[in-house]
Amino acid sequence: MGAPNGTSHISIRGVQKVFRTGGQEVAALKDIDLEIAPGEFVCLLGPSGCGKSTLLNAVAGFSLPTGGAIDIQGAPVKEPGPDRGMVFQEYALFPWMTVEQNIAFGLQIKGQPKAAIREKVDQLLTLLHLHDFRKRHPKDLSGGMRQRVAIARVLALDSPIMLMDEPFGALDALTRRNLQDELLRLWTELKKTILFVTHSIEESLYLADRTVVMTYRPGTIKRDLRITLPRPRDVASAEFNALKKELSQLLMEEQTRHNQDEFRGAAVD
Amino acid sequence: MHRKLWKALSGILVPLAAIAFWQLLSTKGWVNATILPSPMQVLTRWWAYLRPLDPFDPTQGPYWRWLLSGELPQDAMGSLYRVLVGFFIGAGLALPLGLAMGYSKLVNGLFNPLIQVLRPIPPIAYIPLSILWFGLGNPPAIFLISIGAFFPVLMNTVTGVQNVDSIYLRVGRNLGASRLTQFTRIILPAATPYIFTGARIGMGTAFIVVIVSEMIAVNNGLGYRILEAREYLWSDKIIAGMFTIGLLGLGIDTVMSRLSARMLRWHRGLEQS
Repeated sequence: MGAPNGTSHISIRGVQKVFRTGGQEVAALKDIDLEIAPGEFVCLLGPSGCGKSTLLNAVAGFSLPTGGAIDIQGAPVKEPGPDRGMVFQEYALFPWMTVEQNIAFGLQIKGQPKAAIREKVDQLLTLLHLHDFRKRHPKDLSGGMRQRVAIARVLALDSPIMLMDEPFGALDALTRRNLQDELLRLWTELKKTILFVTHSIEESLYLADRTVVMTYRPGTIKRDLRITLPRPRDVASAEFNALKKELSQLLMEEQTRHNQDEFRGAAVD
Repeated sequence: MHRKLWKALSGILVPLAAIAFWQLLSTKGWVNATILPSPMQVLTRWWAYLRPLDPFDPTQGPYWRWLLSGELPQDAMGSLYRVLVGFFIGAGLALPLGLAMGYSKLVNGLFNPLIQVLRPIPPIAYIPLSILWFGLGNPPAIFLISIGAFFPVLMNTVTGVQNVDSIYLRVGRNLGASRLTQFTRIILPAATPYIFTGARIGMGTAFIVVIVSEMIAVNNGLGYRILEAREYLWSDKIIAGMFTIGLLGLGIDTVMSRLSARMLRWHRGLEQS
């Protein structure tokens, strides 16, 4: 399973993450090995508390692992950087900037010339159907629109990797499907490597080349499932639902462990 | 239509009733006119206080200057001048310090103890020292006003910087922003709602302090004028002066809130005014 060492885009080897809270040690991640090839779309799937967001944050460089190594194209992750653009569940757009200013911000940081920025922003506004909203502030946009802007902001960086932390979790079902299709279109067009955190089985099956199921605390890899169904995937098909059933089974076991912990009052999310 | 009319009327009903009652007190002679003059008398005095003293003379300067040559406009401009200068000194010192204290735990640790001891001292309590240091006139007044404006701006700026949502900083780091860029393009704008609130409170305090300081250290301005009027038992002028102070204060606050509403159009929690 996974790409062989050396050709990996993201290489996660023996990663551990221990949190210390009030003298207690909580192992959030344990012995995570994951190789992600260039252009691969990988979903991290699991119940809350399985450490999937912790793993994503470690790849992003926000919170480095306490053990093991994460390499991006052979270079170890030391800090956050624009080569790994991140899309957050809570959008995290800058409310004081307009749509186009939000998208342009990363390019300004890179110090690109004004004309190039304008051209790039224009292109992204078109790509994500945001042209009519370019002068608006985030507060005047719907959740789906905001997430489009957040995606455009990351795409502006031209980063080969996109990290997505439950990006569509707060959206209604229709908007969600709409953006999932949009994301698949962008991914095919722009050939990004995507690491996508979700707790939705259907979402992971609809989007990913591989779905990595994680266990509840300590987070380990329970199953690394390659999904070979042709796209666009039919969520009503028998094959899709067979996979869905299989993953539900796996996830339910972990959810049960999570619930037991919660009943004991030990779950700290 | 009916509702609109009522809305327009409802706002002036109580003030009208109050004025009518006040007029009644005077015309019936229930209250001594020296203690409480009638509204008409106050209005007459107000006009006399407001209007230019000399007839217009084109050789003496432009028309607008003549228009403002009355005692009241001169007083109001004097007070406003002190408020603005004092406010900009106080806020100008508080802003950089507040940004530094909010941003750096070290700076906060160094300055906070002193600030916490000085902050509860009302600006009024600095009056003796201000006269001792600066004598009489504008300097002690401006000193007092800047103290009044300093602390609200400082405290709100510190809180504003400390409360910047960490997710914005994470995005900034993710996009590769340097510390300087993070500060100028993320922390500073994110803190502006707090800073504006501080400025508005600071301006209000400055306006209170200017009246008090004029009563003690300056020989013009609205505060000086109503104290002077008391010496002559001109209660009508006192009341006219008080209403002027009230209207000017309202004007300043309106300008401040309009200004911040304009600059914070992006802000979600913005109240509709």
